[in-house]
Amino acid sequence: MKTHVSTTINGEAVEFLCQPRQSLLEILRDELSLTGCKEGCNNGNCGACTVILNGLPVDSCLVLAVEVEGANIETVEGVAQQRQLHPVQQCFLEGAALQCGICTPGFIMTSKALLEKHPAPDEEEIRFSLAGNLCRCTGYDKIVHAVQAAAESAPAPK
Amino acid sequence: MSTEFMTEHSTEYKVIGTRPVRHDGSDKVTGKAVYTDDLHLPNMAFGAFVRSPHAHAKIVSIDTSQAEDMPGVLATCTSADLPDPWDKVDDLGEGCVNYAHLSGNVLARGKALYKGHAVAAVVATDSHLAEEAASRIRVEYEPLPATTWVLDAMKEDAPLLHDDLITHTLDDAPAKPSNIESHIRFEKGNIEEGFAAADVIVEREFKTATVHQGYIEPHVSVASWNEDGRLKIWTATQGSFVVRQQMAALLKMPISQITIVPCEIGGGFGGKISVYEQPVAAVLSRKCGRPVKIIMRRDEVFEATGPTPGSFMRVKIGATKEGKLTAGEAWLAFDAGAFPGGVIGPGCMCVFSCYDLPNAAVDGFDVVLNKPKTQAYRAPGSTHVAFAAESVIDELAVQLDIDPIEFRLKNAAVEGTRRVDGPVYPRVGLVECLEAVKNSEHWKSTLSGPNRGRGVACGFWFNAGLKSSVTASVNPDGTVTLVEGSTDIGGTRTSIAMQLAETLGISAEDVIPQVADTDSVGFTDVTGGSRTTFATGLAAHEAALDIQRQMMERAAQIWECDTGDVEVREGVYRGNDESLTFSELALKADSVGEAIIGRGAVDPQVSTNAFAVHLVDVEVDPETGKVTILRYTASQDAGTAIHPSYVEGQIQGGSVQGIGWALNEEYFYDDDGHVRNASFLDYRMPTCYDVPMIETIIVEVPNPDHPYGVRGVGEVSIVPPPPAIASAIQRATGIRLTDLPMSPPKLWRAINNGE
Repeated sequence: MKTHVSTTINGEAVEFLCQPRQSLLEILRDELSLTGCKEGCNNGNCGACTVILNGLPVDSCLVLAVEVEGANIETVEGVAQQRQLHPVQQCFLEGAALQCGICTPGFIMTSKALLEKHPAPDEEEIRFSLAGNLCRCTGYDKIVHAVQAAAESAPAPK
Repeated sequence: MSTEFMTEHSTEYKVIGTRPVRHDGSDKVTGKAVYTDDLHLPNMAFGAFVRSPHAHAKIVSIDTSQAEDMPGVLATCTSADLPDPWDKVDDLGEGCVNYAHLSGNVLARGKALYKGHAVAAVVATDSHLAEEAASRIRVEYEPLPATTWVLDAMKEDAPLLHDDLITHTLDDAPAKPSNIESHIRFEKGNIEEGFAAADVIVEREFKTATVHQGYIEPHVSVASWNEDGRLKIWTATQGSFVVRQQMAALLKMPISQITIVPCEIGGGFGGKISVYEQPVAAVLSRKCGRPVKIIMRRDEVFEATGPTPGSFMRVKIGATKEGKLTAGEAWLAFDAGAFPGGVIGPGCMCVFSCYDLPNAAVDGFDVVLNKPKTQAYRAPGSTHVAFAAESVIDELAVQLDIDPIEFRLKNAAVEGTRRVDGPVYPRVGLVECLEAVKNSEHWKSTLSGPNRGRGVACGFWFNAGLKSSVTASVNPDGTVTLVEGSTDIGGTRTSIAMQLAETLGISAEDVIPQVADTDSVGFTDVTGGSRTTFATGLAAHEAALDIQRQMMERAAQIWECDTGDVEVREGVYRGNDESLTFSELALKADSVGEAIIGRGAVDPQVSTNAFAVHLVDVEVDPETGKVTILRYTASQDAGTAIHPSYVEGQIQGGSVQGIGWALNEEYFYDDDGHVRNASFLDYRMPTCYDVPMIETIIVEVPNPDHPYGVRGVGEVSIVPPPPAIASAIQRATGIRLTDLPMSPPKLWRAINNGE
């Protein structure tokens, strides 16, 4: 028995059918081919699957797909606009804030959500806000610097 | 950025030392980069494992019939579906493997040797169905006594894992099997005389818990075993060629029938070299006739893939009152997990590797017990032994009342120092790293306040050479397409491309690097051993020289002069009163004659010898035992930093892994031998809220064995954090902890018991 869900993803109306047990992560990746959000743990511990749901960063593995009826979802695929990288993406690139890259989409989404709410966070706020995203490669130094640089570069376009 | 450089370059480089945006960066910040789990092949099916709920058990029977009767279930497999394994040992570049053991680890044969050991697998049309079907495979077990602590496993009455395991030793072979796979011994000089000459001797015992590499991407593969007998596997691996090698041996098929496609890899740190799910996905694909994907759950990654060993170590070092080391002795027991072949070898080689120690003896034991088979983890073995040896060195410095950096400088390994395992160092940069820390603003700053302390420690890692291959084709627009066999875990596409660009006198952006599958490039060893920027960079340099030679010939042909009359400097070719840039010549060359293709294939048989010195300030909360890192500085000899940002990144990443190992990470085993914290939440790796910025000092003492002086940079940064933090805690509290992790409960108990 599948449920019909209507939602908005990256500004576009999207409909899908899902089983009640399927997570938003599974639907995004396996049904909608939005594989930018990554599965690291599938239980809300690592943040690799972070998407922005109605303005808030969430672990999409902890959201049931049936819950997103009528919701507005942003994924990493929608962050760059008109072939222009978002300042967060640009600063991650220029600041070498990624190594293997598997956690990067999650960090991009959490950082974007943070800067939209707090355009000028201090280091403490950045570290607190990103603490739900695990990175095992970088030691976080360059990620925090990249978010600081993005905050300084321009107000993040919505 | 706050990076300092201490460089001994004699040459000015145009590309090396700059910080271009990495070639694969845009794809990785936009979600376009394709990791293995992002593949969805037509008609793909999904596999799932059945795993042992016991730490040690005889497998009495496996009944797959209920699962097979479920609609949508396509096939099952057990170890009976794998060929009888060869009892053959093979070199995988970063360690050896016995295929009988590997096969038995992939799917248990007769006995399950640890909780989570794969026993069977099933493939179905969707992943949920596969999990359900796995739960309906009935396995009857006869539980056996288990052991998860290395000293218990060494006891004569310990439960035996392998009935045929006879200790490899220099002494007479024992008559009876045991859990001790091997006894290694290194000796240098005469330790009795050495200790007799000492004014102070410190001897301590140390323990370290099992820890995991903790890559964020779980193990994942897609296998397609086609009707023509060809097997293709897309997988997350540090080495596509060693996956091919393992698959050919495990499945007893020619390597030419197997293609391994390395997708982007989400972290490895040594843990993605051995195969786990790849052979199972292959067998299931053969049985069901479809491509099969298997992705491990996170608990499976923790319970059944390679953590690094738990260990027991006893280290004794003597020194004169003037602060010269006279002798060292180490007794090291590392657990290998359920199958032999842990990292005790490098542990023994590294324990005294930072010092010019005239007399030393090291005994090491490789011990099997009921934990997952251990694997390499960033400078494998070196972090364990550095915790022991550097803690003892620090305690000697305290007892002798000598500054800990001065004490190390008095005894540091230099060119000509012979290690206890034999090799004599060429030019190395430990002294320079110590001086860099000594001269740092951090070291000169004052740390004040209650419960605060400062610690320092050294670390060593060999860094490997091994085989690497590339090809490089010149395009008519003046760019070069670089095809390489090294999988890129952390930016090596760019560090390799930069070396090709430097040699050719073009920009990093004019090189288009790509990682190829095993049919498209020559054999290349694993991305591991801190070898890739060194060895594959060397191959790229060779390919560039090959291109340059062909370009000179082509220029001579165009200018109708002798090749000998053509010269090239910084990418400009001159001869016969004419000159062309690389780009102009590439365009002309395209219209006259064959394609210009360079090749580079290398197998350097050297260590590039990385040293690091870390400095840390901590604050201890006596109420809770929690340690906060206030400030952290890491210096490291990179030889030459090709891309300084990614060198800093390796130093910072390794430091934070080392901080996690020091303070919090451990496999928490219960009395039944079960890991009770097999999730990221409970295993609790550092988050960005747990650590400060990691200040880096890149020391550049060029490696004499590389045209640009490159040493490996990937691994050594994980080595110094545990002893540096232990020494900082000692300064803060007066308590010397000797048991990793130095977690809040342990430190709290030590503070409150006055230990």
